[in-house]
Amino acid sequence: MRPRFSPSTLAQSFDRRSFVVGAIQGGVGLLLAARMGYIAVAENEKYKMESESNRVNLSLIPPRRGWILDRNGSPLASNRADFRIDIIPDRLQDPDREVTELARLLKFTPVELQDLRDKIDKAAGFQPVPVADGLDYDTFAAVSVRLPELAGVVPQRGYSRYYPTGPAVGHLIGFVGAASREEYEKEPIPLLVTPGFKLGKDGIEKQFEQTLRGQPGARRVEVTATGRIVRDLDTREDIQGKPVQLTIDGPLQDYAARRIGLESGSVVVIDCLTGDLLCMASMPSFDPNSFSDGIGRVEYQMLSQNERVPLRNKVLKGLYPPGSTVKPMVAMSFLEANLDPHETTTCAGGLRVGNRVFHCWNRRGHGRVDMAKGIYQSCDVYFYHFAQRLGMDVIAPMARRLGMGQEFPLPVASQFYGTVPDPAWKLQKYGKAWQNFDTVNATIGQGYMLANPLQLAVMTARIATGNKIMPRLALDKRKPGFESMNFHGDHVQIIQTAMKDVVNGPGTAGRARLPIENVLLAGKTGTAQVVSLNVGSGKGGPWKYRDHGLFICFAPFDNPRYACSVVIEHGGGSGAAYPIARDVMTYLFDPAKGLEALHALEKQWGGTAQQRLDATYAAYAAAAGVDVPPAPADPAAVAREVDAEARAAAAQPTAAATEAVAPAPEPDGASSADNAR
Amino acid sequence: MKLAVLPAPLAGIPWRVILPLTLLVCFGAAVLYSAAGGSLKPYALSHVTRFALFLVMALVLSHFPRDLVRIAAYPAYAAVLLLLMAVEAIGAIGGGSQRWLTLGPLVLQPSELMKPTIVLVLAAFYHSLPAGLVTSWRALVPAGVLIGFPMVLVLLQPDLGTALAIGFGGVVMMFLAGIPAKWFVGGGLAALIGAPLAYFFALHDYQRKRVTTFLDPESDPLGAGYHITQSKIAIGSGGVFGKGFGQGSQSHLNYLPEPHTDFVFATMAEEWGLVGGLFVLLVFGIVLRWGWTVARRAPDRFSCLLAGGMTATIFFYVAINLMMVTGMAPVVGIPLPFMSHGGSSMMTNMICIGTLMMVERWTRKAGHSGLAI
Repeated sequence: MRPRFSPSTLAQSFDRRSFVVGAIQGGVGLLLAARMGYIAVAENEKYKMESESNRVNLSLIPPRRGWILDRNGSPLASNRADFRIDIIPDRLQDPDREVTELARLLKFTPVELQDLRDKIDKAAGFQPVPVADGLDYDTFAAVSVRLPELAGVVPQRGYSRYYPTGPAVGHLIGFVGAASREEYEKEPIPLLVTPGFKLGKDGIEKQFEQTLRGQPGARRVEVTATGRIVRDLDTREDIQGKPVQLTIDGPLQDYAARRIGLESGSVVVIDCLTGDLLCMASMPSFDPNSFSDGIGRVEYQMLSQNERVPLRNKVLKGLYPPGSTVKPMVAMSFLEANLDPHETTTCAGGLRVGNRVFHCWNRRGHGRVDMAKGIYQSCDVYFYHFAQRLGMDVIAPMARRLGMGQEFPLPVASQFYGTVPDPAWKLQKYGKAWQNFDTVNATIGQGYMLANPLQLAVMTARIATGNKIMPRLALDKRKPGFESMNFHGDHVQIIQTAMKDVVNGPGTAGRARLPIENVLLAGKTGTAQVVSLNVGSGKGGPWKYRDHGLFICFAPFDNPRYACSVVIEHGGGSGAAYPIARDVMTYLFDPAKGLEALHALEKQWGGTAQQRLDATYAAYAAAAGVDVPPAPADPAAVAREVDAEARAAAAQPTAAATEAVAPAPEPDGASSADNAR
Repeated sequence: MKLAVLPAPLAGIPWRVILPLTLLVCFGAAVLYSAAGGSLKPYALSHVTRFALFLVMALVLSHFPRDLVRIAAYPAYAAVLLLLMAVEAIGAIGGGSQRWLTLGPLVLQPSELMKPTIVLVLAAFYHSLPAGLVTSWRALVPAGVLIGFPMVLVLLQPDLGTALAIGFGGVVMMFLAGIPAKWFVGGGLAALIGAPLAYFFALHDYQRKRVTTFLDPESDPLGAGYHITQSKIAIGSGGVFGKGFGQGSQSHLNYLPEPHTDFVFATMAEEWGLVGGLFVLLVFGIVLRWGWTVARRAPDRFSCLLAGGMTATIFFYVAINLMMVTGMAPVVGIPLPFMSHGGSSMMTNMICIGTLMMVERWTRKAGHSGLAI
């Protein structure tokens, strides 16, 4: 054998090995060719699609939202074309610099800048954060030309929601806003995270979301990797959402909201023929226009700290002891239990029940009182007396038949339905037997009894017409047929007449008479005590200890067309409520006369509700500065918080009441026989 | 292969490699022209200019005599090693790593120079090593030291791609020099054990991430896997005939990272399709085949090893780059020879080509003097 390693064997080895290396290289070459062929031929379709989805950006155009119309077809919520600017936090490259620069271009105040920073911090990242809308063209253009240095800032033309009457419809219509993380998780479609898209957050906007929403348009654009648009490819128009028409009478709603003025309360007007809710005003309110842009910290602070709870819809979620406004209902229950309306009792200013004395609001007494006088003079002793004789089992079913304690089938998020107490309820709730004094308290709408203003309006409509009126909010041209309440004989007329006399006769609300010929208003005053008299007098003192003022009414008295309830929180008595009811009813029959009264009042108050809200906000913002805790990101959560507090506030006392309620005095009786005041 | 119609000096030039190469460079220039959005500047023009410049340099190089090259091997190696250390030193003083050395108007990347230099020095080493010692440790250890020094220096920069290129060049040289195959098997096993250790202890975070994303690019489609994914989309969407010159959306809309350097092949494949890709492979095939032919015909051990090593170095560039853009290797930052825009890689590759031409010339001379194989 040759020597193993010599130059010649090494040369042979080189040849062999270079062949090996060359073969490996050839193999790698074939492998590469095969790999290229595989990618370019076998997977061509897949990569073509991916390349297209890279290149083409399908951007959705938020659909124009359907309008919300009042019964006459005027918009309660419409759309306004505007220029807007959003930020997509994930795409910001240098958030701090860009936000500062943007704020400078938009001339933000320090408060607004801080709000914006908070919103960006809280945002989900992919979710667009609205920065500003309703911009004029120059500002919009100024931002647009700087886009290359403002990655993640999205300027666009769009529509914003517009509520012409602002705060007047705040609680009723609700507002819109960008989808929250929870909403997106519940409905994970790309539209929800499209900049500029807003969905209903509360009220009608939320209930009719799917109807109002419409179909998004789409724009196909060619974009670079950094998202810069190179050119438009094609565009599909959006389809506007369908309108929703309500039974609400827009101007009346606005009128009522403004007429409430500086008070905190609500007005409900219901059409006695159709059950149409013409007005559901709750004040003080918020401006849904500014809510729809996202709530600022100062505004949220201002609204949430207000003891009058502007965020609560008092029509549906305010629960109040109805006070004497239940007396027509109680009287009806007596009639239906065969009490002769002419049977009398003597009021000496009070009645002993068990070992306690229950006072009449008029401590000097009403003398001989029959049913009619019991109603128009609001004599408590009359009701104490006969209620003891007939019992709660007569009164409670009547209350329920008339709508108390009920939830109505309305397109609203929630209603608080209150309490109609009876022996079974008390036993179940407190484990105590029903006592005579419970009946006595219930007959004057105190004690455990609680109702919301809508229920009071429905009760009024049912008692006025003798028909089982069902309230409705979505307009339906068909006139609903209501079944009769089956009241016997002339019972309805007896109550109608007695209630007419409250206003037009020797009753407790003489000043509520309508300034309109041939239309007589029938009503009933109510004053609901909030605390016992040893805490506050009910008339003055701290606002939250004052009595609630209530008034229910309908007109014309003998052929009821409209029924109305007014509840003024801590108004100090029914005197705060019935002038409002009078003016609202006046406005229904003669708008000019109604407005005349309103304009005179607004001059004293300092402008319309909207103007006052704006002024309050400006003053509050100036006082508060930047050091205000931020508003919660999701405005809907705000409403939920308020609900919780409302429920707590409306909760029953933990111990059963044993005391007699001393009814607060009814206001003036203009033509009252004995003028107690 | 002499062409009788050409005058002697021109006939001495290896046209069968220069012609395909020029075609490839012009093709590369066309791709760069498109990548620049339909403009000669800033890539295409300088690409062609550099090629012309370095071609002249390669032709000059090809006239160097064999003995001079062999004698100069160690000094050249020492010089490049010094340059590498200088880069390290300047980087350390400057408070940051760097790969470049600026000498007046000249910007030099010593790690690039090291790739042909390591081949040269190992060729010289194995040439001078007596045949009987090839199986002993004396064939392995000095070579290992020669390879190890520059690799460590380049790794410190840190430049994994170039370090691997140097290592690969060195190992191929050892293999070609006839070191026993069992040592390579042992080395392979050691690498299998060492790779995980290196992965966990020696690699930088960004390098580690490149490896993990190479193994599963979809795991991070917008981060490190982005490069590979977008490159595959570009090649795949090109299909057989491509989207047409200047029509590549991936490169023109900036989805493809580095469309003019590391990912120039993807830019090309998007517009020219599989046909363009096969053309590029074919040209490289011609060049590498020529390289091996030169190596096998070389008159002595030094020339053989030198030519083989240079061919392997070009191959390493091509293979790693193409495997990277087709998603078969991690992103290591190695450009594609003759197509990617960039002076250093053009210089390195043209040095390799020039060296091969030089060896071919030696062979011809040896043939004339009757020493043909």
